[in-house]
Amino acid sequence: MLNALDKKLLEEVADLHGEPPGAFNIRKDGQGIERRSLEGIEINPKKDQPGIDVIVAEGKEGTVHIPVIMTETDLSDLVYNKIDIGAGANITLVAGCGIHNPGSGDAQHDGVHEIIVRKNARLIYTEKHFGEGEEGGKRVLNPKTVLVVEEGGYAELELVQIRGVDHTNRVTEVEVKAGGRLVMYERLLTDGNQTANSDIVVKLMEEESAARIVSRSVAQGSSKQSFFPRLLAYGPGRGHVECDSIIMDQATVRSVPEIWAENSEAELVHEAAIGKIAGEQLTKLMALGLTEEEAEEAIISGFLK
Amino acid sequence: MISLENISLELDVDEQKIPILHDLNLQFEAGKMYALTGPNGSGKSSVARVVMGIYKQTTGRVIYNGQDVGELGITERARKGIGYAFQHPPRFKGMPVKDMLEIAMKHSDQVNCQVLRDLGLCPEDYLERTLDNSLSGGEIKRIEIATLLAQNPKVRIFDEPEAGIDLWSFERLIDVIGNSHREDTTTVVISHQEKILNMVDEIVLIQDGTVSMRGNREEIWPQIKASAECACRSNCRLGEEAYAECPR
Ligand SMILES: Nc1ncnc2c1ncn2[C@@H]1O[C@H](COP(=O)(O)OP(=O)(O)OP(=O)(O)O)[C@@H](O)[C@H]1O
Ligand SMILES: [Mg+2]
Repeated sequence: MLNALDKKLLEEVADLHGEPPGAFNIRKDGQGIERRSLEGIEINPKKDQPGIDVIVAEGKEGTVHIPVIMTETDLSDLVYNKIDIGAGANITLVAGCGIHNPGSGDAQHDGVHEIIVRKNARLIYTEKHFGEGEEGGKRVLNPKTVLVVEEGGYAELELVQIRGVDHTNRVTEVEVKAGGRLVMYERLLTDGNQTANSDIVVKLMEEESAARIVSRSVAQGSSKQSFFPRLLAYGPGRGHVECDSIIMDQATVRSVPEIWAENSEAELVHEAAIGKIAGEQLTKLMALGLTEEEAEEAIISGFLK
Repeated sequence: MISLENISLELDVDEQKIPILHDLNLQFEAGKMYALTGPNGSGKSSVARVVMGIYKQTTGRVIYNGQDVGELGITERARKGIGYAFQHPPRFKGMPVKDMLEIAMKHSDQVNCQVLRDLGLCPEDYLERTLDNSLSGGEIKRIEIATLLAQNPKVRIFDEPEAGIDLWSFERLIDVIGNSHREDTTTVVISHQEKILNMVDEIVLIQDGTVSMRGNREEIWPQIKASAECACRSNCRLGEEAYAECPR
């Protein structure tokens, strides 16, 4: 049974109010606690290692929720999930991890997601991270996502982490085949002494493959962020990377993008910027009656939308 | 009523003090419409920024309805009813037009759809648009004006509202500014446009960082024409003779 804290965490990471609609699997403190498969959307626990297999049949439409919540201290959870979206299917998948660390030990979740979006299928994937705690125990989240978008497929990834997570080391590897498209939005806000590291490698394998990566981050306090987005075109693909960071206080932001083409028909664009909030933006909102703090809030929340 | 008394303004640029305004005295009464005009770089926007509190005057006082507001910040002045539509509105990544209008309307009773419609922007097309580089110059400018109308302040300063705005919208713009003016509002339009100079009660000519003349269009026009011919400052060492006839 889910208690009030569980429900709150689920709401934070998966926007869930009560039992999820569609197929779902809820993992709590290292164990699957509730699960529902539907016809055409099978969710099975793995036999040889922790984690689940989500298998979506060809042409199936629907939503799948697979949130993870952690409510204990001194706990490290490693999970391997495999998600197979059948040809022509259309799926919205909500993953995400919420940690409430009640003690002074670490609470860590390492999730490896292996996803395949088969021919002409469509996947909207959201992964939100949330952390909280009172006793100073660290909240650590290390997600690794390995995604293949097959011919004509479409995958949209939205990866969000706003405050509360002490360390994160995110790895995202994507291969896009002919006619496949990837859109990836990354949103990150760190403060205090938090650190966040994001490695992204997107490979455009064949003709007509396309990728767009939009990474927006805000670094506050003494937090440290680093981004390593790499976009590689082996065929005549088109790709665009946009990394934009607002830096505040004593924070550090490092952005090391790479674009790499091995085909003369490839078109790759990369834009990166790090800067503080523009003075004119603050001035404009203050001239509408906001205080400086309110103006900052409004600018940041728009930026991370 | 808002008045500027003996205002001077120096800005710190690269550790140097640059004089921008000097000996500037101006009163704007409630219920009246004013135009501020003058050459590029003469200090019009700086006057507006001193009124709004964006620039702090080096000397002098800013009096609003009998109260010295010269030490107040931008936020406090906005909350007291002073508003300014920027000459170059900043852009905001990710912020929808709707959010900006809502911030502006926090203390007013305007309706966001209406202010957009008034400026020829269909709310259906624009409320969800983000205020980033995807909006054209004229669009961002019209949204800026709509935002000031949404805020509905007592003192409203429009900084070159016509800049970048197409002919069709320009007619509408003049109507909107005129119609929004009421007995208890003070409207100041910084402009180079004859049509705008024609619609106001009084024109203030700013030159070289101070008020050089005030009056109606007939009184001001000869002075504007004379200074237009003297684009270079009168003490310029190049072409001294050509400018010998210039005023000042
Ligand atoms: N922040 C600033 N830093 C440096 N110089 C400035 C700054 N703001 C204004 N100035 C200078 O002050 C002078 C007056 O500028 P202001 O913007 O008030 O002119 P303006 O009359 O509004 O001109 P325009 O018609 O071109 O809008 C100009 O010479 C300008 O370069
Ligand atoms: Mg100006």
